[in-house]
Amino acid sequence: MAFRLKLAPVHTNFDFFRHQILTLGGASLLTVLSIFAMFWPGLNFGIDFRGGTTIRTETSQPLDIGKYRSALETLHLGDVVISEVFDPAFGPDQHVATVRIQAQGDSNAAMDGAAIARVTEALRTVDPDVKVISTESVGPKVSGELIWTAAWSILATLVGIMLYIWLRFEWQFGVGTGIALIHDLFLTIGLFVVFQLKVDLTIVAALLTLLGYSVNDKVVVFDRLRENLVKYKSMPLREVMNLSVNETLSRTVVTSVTTLLALIPLLVLGGDVIRGFVFAMVWGVLIGTYSSIFVAKNIVLFLGVNRNRDRKIDPAAKLFGDKVEVADADK
Amino acid sequence: MLQFPLWKRILIIGLCLLGLALAAPNMFYKRVEQHNDAATALVKNGALTAEEQGWLAGWPSWMPSGIVNLGLDLRGGAHLLAEVHLSEVYKTRMESLWPELRNALAAERGTLGAIRRVPAPDGQLRIQIANADQLPKAIEVAKTLAQPVVTLTGVGQTDLAVTGEGDTITVQLSEAERKSADERTMAQSLEIVRRRIDAAGTREPTIVRQGTDRILIEVPGIGSAEDLKALIGTTAKLTFNQVTGTATSDDQTPGAGKEVLPDAERKGLFYVLESVPVVTGDDLTDARPETDQNGRPAVGFRFNPAGARAFGDYTAAHIGEPFAIVLDGKVISAPTIQTHIAGGSGIITGNFTVQQSTDLALLLRAGALPAGMTFLEERTIGPELGADSIRAGMIASAVGFIAVVVFMVASYGLFGAFASIALFINIAFVLAFMSIIGATLTLPGIAGIVLTIGTAVDANVLIFERMREELRRGRTPARAFELGFDKAMSAIVDANVTHLMVGTILFVLGAGPVRGFAVTLIFGILASVFTAIWLVRMMIAQWFAYKRPKTVVV
Repeated sequence: MAFRLKLAPVHTNFDFFRHQILTLGGASLLTVLSIFAMFWPGLNFGIDFRGGTTIRTETSQPLDIGKYRSALETLHLGDVVISEVFDPAFGPDQHVATVRIQAQGDSNAAMDGAAIARVTEALRTVDPDVKVISTESVGPKVSGELIWTAAWSILATLVGIMLYIWLRFEWQFGVGTGIALIHDLFLTIGLFVVFQLKVDLTIVAALLTLLGYSVNDKVVVFDRLRENLVKYKSMPLREVMNLSVNETLSRTVVTSVTTLLALIPLLVLGGDVIRGFVFAMVWGVLIGTYSSIFVAKNIVLFLGVNRNRDRKIDPAAKLFGDKVEVADADK
Repeated sequence: MLQFPLWKRILIIGLCLLGLALAAPNMFYKRVEQHNDAATALVKNGALTAEEQGWLAGWPSWMPSGIVNLGLDLRGGAHLLAEVHLSEVYKTRMESLWPELRNALAAERGTLGAIRRVPAPDGQLRIQIANADQLPKAIEVAKTLAQPVVTLTGVGQTDLAVTGEGDTITVQLSEAERKSADERTMAQSLEIVRRRIDAAGTREPTIVRQGTDRILIEVPGIGSAEDLKALIGTTAKLTFNQVTGTATSDDQTPGAGKEVLPDAERKGLFYVLESVPVVTGDDLTDARPETDQNGRPAVGFRFNPAGARAFGDYTAAHIGEPFAIVLDGKVISAPTIQTHIAGGSGIITGNFTVQQSTDLALLLRAGALPAGMTFLEERTIGPELGADSIRAGMIASAVGFIAVVVFMVASYGLFGAFASIALFINIAFVLAFMSIIGATLTLPGIAGIVLTIGTAVDANVLIFERMREELRRGRTPARAFELGFDKAMSAIVDANVTHLMVGTILFVLGAGPVRGFAVTLIFGILASVFTAIWLVRMMIAQWFAYKRPKTVVV
């Protein structure tokens, strides 16, 4: 027999409900904590969401943040945050910093080139070698709208997914998925609060992607559950669920691993510009896998499933015109 | 299932080859890009420089030459989000209505009594009449000036809303007219911005309207947002006005319907002008750099018939008087009218350098922006940062791809190799799709491709795991394959539909880099359904027909 890498044993018989208090309770507690953390200490919003200007500088000289700060103090720009950027891809003489400046005045406009040029001039007085690599400036009017668009897009995605799951399965599955996705979402937000990572528009995209990945995972388990509900009509729901998760466990693990194998090189080698985005997705894969196994189906069990309705005809099989009676294929 | 008819095999293999061929140009990005540039230049100019001929020959013309656009974050460039001041147009409209309205009301002086314009917010005209009891008559007179509005919803409406209170009538644009004026302003602004950027010859600019009053402008390869703004020229507005006097400062009140504007060159010189222009830049049909009779740089211009008539009539009536050429609120030239200028063409002289006269001609030719703009967002990305990002993204994608292939082969042996081939084709399809439609690849877009590498094998994992289960249940290999594909199908469909839904929402609501991510994600999902199901299925079927194995290890 040829060698095969097996991440999960062929036959598993775990009881995924056994430590429910810990696995589901812990997850719920962390979700609630994350919701609170969103307000205090709060998220580290980038300029996309709160307006202001970010200037990325590069120099061959070692950086002295303190000197940068005192050089900019003379310009009276209000809240200025200067941070050095580290990345394994940088050369030995490559010193990168980002300067974040709060939105200026009460106009809706972005900071214009003249103002940015003054900042550059000031930095050149302490380090003549400073080059400005990129600048981004967002006026307060747009940033206010962007935050709402972001919130709406997340909500729309959640509702859309729940509706789809409801249509394809039962409403209990839709609710279970929805709650699991909320769990994924807030735990990711919680992580961003803990590490004070910058939240910008791409992070919102990462959150939506994470929802897509997570629901993907749940659908596979639910699909097997639906099949087994027909097959084992008299088995208690809890056991059918355990069986379904155990049967799909190998696939769940393998897909998480392939996704992580693809994403982790990007996290390490992809540069600092996209690191936050990839970090959110990597975390999303982990948390999404967890909620597939320990959250979504527990909610469905709690809500109960109507098992009297017979669902022999699989819409997907019908769609592809292959075999109609998939569920009964082995009889 | 294990029988694949020949036509199906040819179709699948043909599609794969097509995908690879269409994706191939991206492997030779620089060369293909130069080839395309040279080809464009050939069409435009009819001839090529030696360098361009080399570029053209650098890529065979029978090969597909579509390549993905690189987004700003990968190529460097500038991004602006501009808000157009739509209400400025209302004001201009009311100002130009005033002389007409004054004449109409003055004609009824007998019944209305003396009329007087009183201060009003921008975009409104307020006129006080002496005989307050004749207000309905005044409203009636004002309404005769209104034109019908042609819109889908505004049938039967006119462009003016006239109301009266006490002894004052208020005239402003009606709701329907405001809407249609907004549409025209936006269309005109977009067109002008586009023409100005095209005139500078930059590659692949994105100029799109966003919402009711915004324009998103992205120009790759430009030095900074500031350069882009200079190119667009925020309020380049040209008018020809009657000069009524000069002044030494702008703090004096010029009187109703007049304004004080500074000279563009000489500090401390101001002109008192009639606010309502004789002709505006809108009536220009052409402008080009020329020289005046003394050989100094100047700008020649030509009006359309309406402009030519207005300008001709005016010059005939005002010989010997000065008139002002006003650009962006500054008087660039105030020549004295020597003769009646009938042909509708003339020359603007000023203290121009050759460059200035060329720029001014370009500015005039492109037309004036109908309203000013505020820039709500400005982003500049340096080319070095973009180049770093591409390099890092490509290395990371390659490493990720190899890691997934190694893992798949270790987990599923030969079948894993089949899935890996399908994965490679999948990525080629994504690039091919994007090249055909000229979609933009952004840094998050590269992340989308990487995510596709990780998730596209999911369909195969589902199928293979199912096959293993069926084999364990003691089914024959052929039967196990069949069941593996059939039973995994419903999960694959659900998983991909939900994924696609998220991708669509991202595409609709996202902008810029995020949209680039959505594009690669959507194409990746669509392509994976084809490659993971049909291609892998065919490969397994062919292998099975060739080997006829009694036992199989998945």
